[in-house]
Amino acid sequence: MPVSLVLEQLLNGLQFGLMLFLLSAGLTLVLGMMDVVNLAQGSLYMLGAYFAATLAAATGSFWAGLVGAVLATALVALLLEASVLRRVYGADHLTQVLATFALILVFNEAVRALWGPQALLLSVPPELARPVTLLPGLSYSAYRLTVIGAGALLAVGMFLFIHRTRVGMWVRAGASNRRMAQAMGVPIRRVFTGVFVTGAALSAVAGALLGPIFAVQVGMGEDVLILAFVAIVIGGIGSVKGSLVGSLLVGVVDTAGRAFLPSAFGLLFAPEVASNLGPTVASVLIYLLMAVVLFVRPRGLFPVHG
Amino acid sequence: MRARDLSVEQARRAGVALPRAFVLWGAGSVAGLVLLAFPALAQALEWSYYLSLATKALILVLAASALNLVLGYGGLVSFGHATYYGLGAYTVAVLAREGVRQAWLVWPAAVAVAALAALAIGAVCLRTRGLYFIMITLAFAQMVYYFVVSFKQYGGQDGLRAPRTDFGLPLGDAEVYYLSLLLVAASLFFLWRLVHARFGRALQAARDNEVRATTVGFPVYRIQLVAFVISGALTGLAGALMAHHTQYVSPAMLSWPQSGHFMFMVILGGVGRFWAGLLGAGAMVLIEELFHSLTVSWQLYVGLTLLAVVLLAPRGLAGLVEGRRR
Repeated sequence: MPVSLVLEQLLNGLQFGLMLFLLSAGLTLVLGMMDVVNLAQGSLYMLGAYFAATLAAATGSFWAGLVGAVLATALVALLLEASVLRRVYGADHLTQVLATFALILVFNEAVRALWGPQALLLSVPPELARPVTLLPGLSYSAYRLTVIGAGALLAVGMFLFIHRTRVGMWVRAGASNRRMAQAMGVPIRRVFTGVFVTGAALSAVAGALLGPIFAVQVGMGEDVLILAFVAIVIGGIGSVKGSLVGSLLVGVVDTAGRAFLPSAFGLLFAPEVASNLGPTVASVLIYLLMAVVLFVRPRGLFPVHG
Repeated sequence: MRARDLSVEQARRAGVALPRAFVLWGAGSVAGLVLLAFPALAQALEWSYYLSLATKALILVLAASALNLVLGYGGLVSFGHATYYGLGAYTVAVLAREGVRQAWLVWPAAVAVAALAALAIGAVCLRTRGLYFIMITLAFAQMVYYFVVSFKQYGGQDGLRAPRTDFGLPLGDAEVYYLSLLLVAASLFFLWRLVHARFGRALQAARDNEVRATTVGFPVYRIQLVAFVISGALTGLAGALMAHHTQYVSPAMLSWPQSGHFMFMVILGGVGRFWAGLLGAGAMVLIEELFHSLTVSWQLYVGLTLLAVVLLAPRGLAGLVEGRRR
């Protein structure tokens, strides 16, 4: 197998993993700090992509669409937090799962009613719509490279924010022990609103950036949501570092599995067996990874709570 | 709850139970007669659509009640019950595709496949708790989903036709209705006996306080696993019934939104109340039908209704019926 192909798939995995991280970072902090399961995070990702596609079509600029989508999604998240999420703090997980599952139904149908059932087109900005040569023999999409850069930049920014600022310290304190942090005077409720809205904005970035790569359609949030959950469970709920490691693992394992397993099985088994087995094992791989991680380390790779 | 509170509560319950039981038996017999006569009624009034709706509701009552055993009585939030439902249904369709249509083979096979899957999945998942349990049941459900979809010869994404099994005489719509009624009634009776037996008490004790239940000497893990397998088997039975009802199976039956729907029915009915499955599934079918007939965006209103239920009536319909008794 040529090295350039392996490198290309690894870059694809990295790119997908970083976008997954934008989703899972918000998810893991909301879970770690307020113990709230938010299935609607995938809907915010979908909204981000829809806003971006609409605004990009209206203004003619991909970047204007991106910025507008982030602002619009943050606004929706602010309303969502005040109207629904705030009422399920302290409720059991079952209630939260169901309330946010209902939100998925509501968002999906609302989007279908507003934008119609057909997928929207969000095209790559023209200045990035060409491949660049990274190494001799390895050319890679400039757009995907930009996505990797943006994801890495946001990840680094978030780490600096969480580990180097006062508000970031509050966030960490809240995630490791909410009550103690509250007793020490951390305004947990306001920090939480901020975290939730920031998480939504990051999801919108992921939705807008992935829009040209995947289809912008109803239900796009659900698949990504489950992958993001797998990532944070692997990483350890509440840990941003864990969610980054988990997201990259899921991104690379999923992408590489889909790219290489079918042909790898082709070497081992008869063609008709391999053509069935390859794709199956590839889609099951990350869930297998999660089951194994939970079996060995029931609290994930980077446990936060003591 | 302390021991004294418990005995007071029991005494109070016994006091109300007698006159209540009389009313309940009366209402129950009337409902039973209506259910028995329903196909004849439907035929006389040319309501074939409502017969189909009633069959669907009965099957969902079974699935929701089975889930309520682990969710309500066991306190185990399984986010993967669509797996057992779908496996039961797919067993019927796949066996039919392979030319096996004898009822005495197919039905036990469907239940056995679902039960075995629940045994394997439950054995791993029950080692985790809380949120991790929710996520790992979901992960296994996704694995089974992709596994089934990958079989192109069994329809893949498109699903598969499921001709009805053969009892020696052909099964019409009315026969499927009666079969559902019979199996659902038998299953509910079994579940009623189960949750009121020592086993059910132990399961609830483990839900309320696992450390205490273990200390008292209950084999908590084994009790929960048995409950999980029973729940999976009955959900598989519901799946087999649904395959007979619609004569078609699709991967959507295994998907995680389907698991979410089952959970919704249970919470709509009232988690951990015995009649949660009946009330929840019945109400869900009615709500969906109502909005379906009114608007294209019916799921939007179903979602809003469910949101309102979760936020405003967290104890579900059974909780509303019981009112302030608690």
